[in-house]
Amino acid sequence: MIEELGTTEQGDLVINLGPQHPSTHGVLHLVITLSGETIRKVEPHLGYIHRSIEKMCESLSYRQFIYVTSRMDYLSSHINNHGCALCVEKGLQIEIPERAKVIRVLMDELTRLASHQLWWGAMAMDVGALTPFFHAFRERESINDIMEETCGARLTMNYMVPGGVMADIHPNFQKKVKEFVRYFNTKIDEYDELVTDNIIFKSRMKGIGYLSPESAVSYGCTGPTARGSGVSCDIRKLYPYEVYGRVSFEEVIDGGGDCFARYNVRMQEMRQSVSIIEQLIDNIPEGEFQAKTKAVLKLPKGEFYSRVETARGEFGVYIISEGGTTPYRIKFRSPGFSNLSALDHMARGHKIGDLVAIMGTLDLVIPDIDR
Amino acid sequence: MLSIENITHSIDAWLNGKFSPTVVLLLESVIVGLCVIGLFAVLGLVLVLMERKVSAYMQVRLGPNRVGPAGTLQTVADTLKLAMKEGLTPDGADKLLFNLAPFLVIVVAMMILAPVAFAKGIQIWDINIGVLYITAISSLSVVGVLMAGWASNNKYSLLGAMRSGAQIVSYELSAGMSVISIVVLTGSLRISDIITSQQDGWWLFKGHIPAMISFIIFIIAVTAETNRAPFDLAEAESELTAGFHTEYSGMRFALFFLAEYVNVFIVCAIAATLFLGGWMPLHIGHWAGFNRVMDYIPSSLWFMGKTFFLIFVIMWFRWTFPRLRIDQLLNLEWKYLLPMSMVNLLLMTVISIEGWHF
Repeated sequence: MIEELGTTEQGDLVINLGPQHPSTHGVLHLVITLSGETIRKVEPHLGYIHRSIEKMCESLSYRQFIYVTSRMDYLSSHINNHGCALCVEKGLQIEIPERAKVIRVLMDELTRLASHQLWWGAMAMDVGALTPFFHAFRERESINDIMEETCGARLTMNYMVPGGVMADIHPNFQKKVKEFVRYFNTKIDEYDELVTDNIIFKSRMKGIGYLSPESAVSYGCTGPTARGSGVSCDIRKLYPYEVYGRVSFEEVIDGGGDCFARYNVRMQEMRQSVSIIEQLIDNIPEGEFQAKTKAVLKLPKGEFYSRVETARGEFGVYIISEGGTTPYRIKFRSPGFSNLSALDHMARGHKIGDLVAIMGTLDLVIPDIDR
Repeated sequence: MLSIENITHSIDAWLNGKFSPTVVLLLESVIVGLCVIGLFAVLGLVLVLMERKVSAYMQVRLGPNRVGPAGTLQTVADTLKLAMKEGLTPDGADKLLFNLAPFLVIVVAMMILAPVAFAKGIQIWDINIGVLYITAISSLSVVGVLMAGWASNNKYSLLGAMRSGAQIVSYELSAGMSVISIVVLTGSLRISDIITSQQDGWWLFKGHIPAMISFIIFIIAVTAETNRAPFDLAEAESELTAGFHTEYSGMRFALFFLAEYVNVFIVCAIAATLFLGGWMPLHIGHWAGFNRVMDYIPSSLWFMGKTFFLIFVIMWFRWTFPRLRIDQLLNLEWKYLLPMSMVNLLLMTVISIEGWHF
């Protein structure tokens, strides 16, 4: 059936969705073959925002290259930085202070919340409800304010450094985070009332864009996309880093495989993130926020790999070092690229409106795909 | 008592005293035409501002608040901007149809206004088939939309126009059925008759549950007919950028935009006329005292109040619901609304024959 849909015939309508299109959230270019309103084939064309970040990193020192990764998946820049810092620390074989670990995890979860909030707003906008976008941004704003106080920036924070974090948390940090958590706990129920329980929204989501667990694995999907297909792949659970092994949280898995399952996974993940923050915010240990490191970092000759769970899935950093001050080769494994590759598989046979909904549930960030 | 009716009558009498009947008819047509154009301009400005303010308050924003007091002149500024912009015609577009489409849409909107009664005695043309006329003319607007989509030479526009065609044609059926159910009760197609028949109560309340059902169906159907969310598939900005008017710019875009809002006004005015008594004040049976107090409120205020309340409801839909998919949209009409309105019409006929309504 799918093979049959994948073929083009005389009289099929081929339209270019993007690179400038309101629903692609960036410069993604999709060439869609349509028969009437039914999609026969979707072909993503990439490269519009390729900045050769991996090549750039080869000429930057181990302290510097971390910041470039903020520009990849800009919605979870903290977590990208975190993955890179972990990899460098692995190479240097340094143990970072407890305080830094907890701060890092707190920041990661705040970033995940902010990212999921933005996704929720954009997702609702993709299926035609414009109001949730503004509600999501209202909550995201308070996270950005917290970030701004501690890190000095709102989007590309550059807060993680090899050995810990760049600066200690702001004196107001704990108070503000607690305030935010209290406030957000009421808002997340509002999100469900406004969008999740809406009958039109449900009918737009349920049974659309089915991705079987087998295909999710074979396309290399990770994060909420794979967990929505019932595949357990949360790096925080499977390969715990920092203090994730010690906090209690659930890996959200929904076996539905359709858009609604992926939506549901992200909604539940927000609640889990809030719970992680609640557990840690009062238990930030005293001590140093950064381990003592040399001024010029040199990784020993060898290959190092580390991975973290970003808001979109598994983010891997692979460094080959020749022993110098800059990496010989760097490779990033970004979640968006492999998640996008499943789009064609999911969208075939559905309508154009569904394609936009499926793209929404993949939570694509284009600079993360193109790098 | 000074009412608008007296003013129109005195103008009519004065003109008749001065000129011959043919000239009077001609002059009055010109006056009425100017009034309609004026009304269009004012409606466009007011409704666009209202939409922006309503959406802003629902979206925790302030909305336009810079131009003029509390942003009231924002839409005037926007219109000026649009008027000064270049009206592009894309390469390969069918120039005649492309340029004609926005005017067709706006002319259709103007024509529907003719039998609408704005207040006691303020009605352009009290034709004896008023309701039929409205239903007939309103189905013409799809021609303009299809023309725009086809002539633009753009695939998005074409898809939008196709969707719009399917949508308007199907939802007209249940809108028409709901209108007929009121016609069954009143026994007249004339707008003024329908309004006078609601002297002792609006049909929404007098017609029992079938009237309420047909009112709800009518509101759903006209929301779809005017291409408003959650039925805005013809424009569907996240799918088709702007649908059938993707290629339009400047004043021609403004005409489409204006037509959308005027159409919303018109359908709400019709809903108010058929179900909520038009300009007729709220009268309850034999409560003479209450009815007299209600009569002190001018009829134009009653009409505008009802219409703008319904407009608010339609705006409320737009800023709350996600959009339906094209197959769900057609399912809703053909599988649910149309059978429901058919059964409802039957019920209404029985009620009307047996005289069970109040």
